[in-house]
Amino acid sequence: MTARMARVVRAQPLGAAGAVVVLVLVLVALLAPRLAPHGPKETGFAPYLAPSREFPMGTDQVGRDVLSRVIWGARLSLYVGLASVLFGITLGALWGVVTAYVGGAADTGSQRVVDCLMALPPIILALSLMAALGQSVNNVILALVILLTPTAARTLRSVALGVAATPYIEAAEAGGASRVRVIVRHLLPNCLASYIVLVTTNISYAIVVEASLSFIGAGAPPDEPSWGGMLAQGIQALETAPWMVFFPGLAISLAVFGLNLLGDSIRDLTDPRLRGGLG
Amino acid sequence: MSTYVLRRLLLFVPTLIGASMLIFVMLRLVPGDIAEILVYQTGSESSAVQRRQIQQIRHELGLDRPIVTQYVEWVAGALRGDFGQSYVQRRPVVDILRERFPRSMELAILTLLLAMAWAIPLGVVSAVRQNGVLDYLSRLLSLSGLSLPLFFTGALILYGLVRFFRWLPPLEFVSFTENPWENLKQLVWPALAQAYYISAPITRLTRSQMLEVVRQDYVRTARAKGLAERAVIYRHALRNSLLPVVTFIGWWGGRLLGGLVIMETIFVVPGMGSALIQAVSQRDYPTVQAMVFVMALVFLIVNLVVDLLYAWLDPRIRYA
Repeated sequence: MTARMARVVRAQPLGAAGAVVVLVLVLVALLAPRLAPHGPKETGFAPYLAPSREFPMGTDQVGRDVLSRVIWGARLSLYVGLASVLFGITLGALWGVVTAYVGGAADTGSQRVVDCLMALPPIILALSLMAALGQSVNNVILALVILLTPTAARTLRSVALGVAATPYIEAAEAGGASRVRVIVRHLLPNCLASYIVLVTTNISYAIVVEASLSFIGAGAPPDEPSWGGMLAQGIQALETAPWMVFFPGLAISLAVFGLNLLGDSIRDLTDPRLRGGLG
Repeated sequence: MSTYVLRRLLLFVPTLIGASMLIFVMLRLVPGDIAEILVYQTGSESSAVQRRQIQQIRHELGLDRPIVTQYVEWVAGALRGDFGQSYVQRRPVVDILRERFPRSMELAILTLLLAMAWAIPLGVVSAVRQNGVLDYLSRLLSLSGLSLPLFFTGALILYGLVRFFRWLPPLEFVSFTENPWENLKQLVWPALAQAYYISAPITRLTRSQMLEVVRQDYVRTARAKGLAERAVIYRHALRNSLLPVVTFIGWWGGRLLGGLVIMETIFVVPGMGSALIQAVSQRDYPTVQAMVFVMALVFLIVNLVVDLLYAWLDPRIRYA
């Protein structure tokens, strides 16, 4: 076990570093109530206090502890990222795989729908969706699901088309397997690697979109500890309280950097052409 | 070639129609329409009066008719270049577009030029000196560019400008035709911030393409016949590796118009993005519809041009 882990670290040092960052992120998110010295919405301290021993990251415009909000922000980001990606990519993957296998009008039709959805710039689509849905954390997730589904459908469709053309699918069909059985037993398991890659690479994307939406004031409600929202409030007081911008920005950059590193090496590991001696 | 062009054109129209329908329906799912917002803002007293007012405004704006009728009328108008009246600004949406579109377009073009100006050379150097110090530096730089969210890069640049150069976001936008120098001074910072973000994938793609191409037989032939290394790299390798890079830049460029929202917000550029945010929050449907439609249109046109260009440049696509 440890020998294997050492081998992974040697083969993918950047990925291992990413994994450590992600692990820290997950721990912070899980332990937020214990780690944060104050509540994320707790006000009552003096506003715009510079970083000090008592408030390591200072306080914001209504006197909330920035450190506590950054810590709770990890939980919000990870929750939104994971939930939207799991729902969105899974939905898109099923959609893509099934339509690819069924083929015909279902396939062409669904691809045209994907075309239309992808013709709208993602942040604009999300912005309009949020206008329609109303501002809340769960609606951000819903908007992200709608954003992620078409991309996943497109990618998994092309993967499934490749798998469907292989002899073992033909063999299963010749053996009298029903369509449902072919999809569930043969097609889906063989698309799993691409699915995993899509999930890992899109979590950071979802986190950034959530933060961007909150930044332009269309995401989570302003009192929620969203890193993007905190940054937007910080920009209003850029000269008096730059810490309101630096710390949330640093947190999100670190999280995204770690997730990208980890996602990159998971992609390399699952791509047999790039896999070097890691049996 | 002609069948390819035709097939590609046939895809263009339905996608545009579909996208416009999507945005149309989505906006009408919004609870609380413009009529309610307008009436409750003025704060009249009796709710019965308010309800009658709401009905009247809805009727004036045509919001009480079936959604299909509304859509057909909108399309008929759009085809004649008439996107209706803005509910809030009380002037034709076309005027707003005419004012905002060139600004965002200029910012987008400036961004792309800046991004290409250093991303492509960096990618080439990175590939030519693979695993050298410069290669590592450039890879680190592009990886960090991918990880720093746009709004953070933008905020950092803004902070640097405000703190060290006493620079303040302009109160009034100056157009290029009025005063080119002043105009560029206003747009160069948001363009730089956005360019840093998109240059990362361009550098990575240029690098990996170059690495692949320099291993091709024709590059070996070029070397074997005694060409100078510069000629080999620039005339043979770079030209052949730029094809996918150009497609990628086109794809990005098409989306950029919508992606500029954040930079426009931070640097107070009165472009399409900032107008869109405002229109969305005010439920100004005609403005939102027209803006999103134009963004989708630009994206699809750029995609079309890139695809056709690609097919023209690379015969393998045409006959596939």
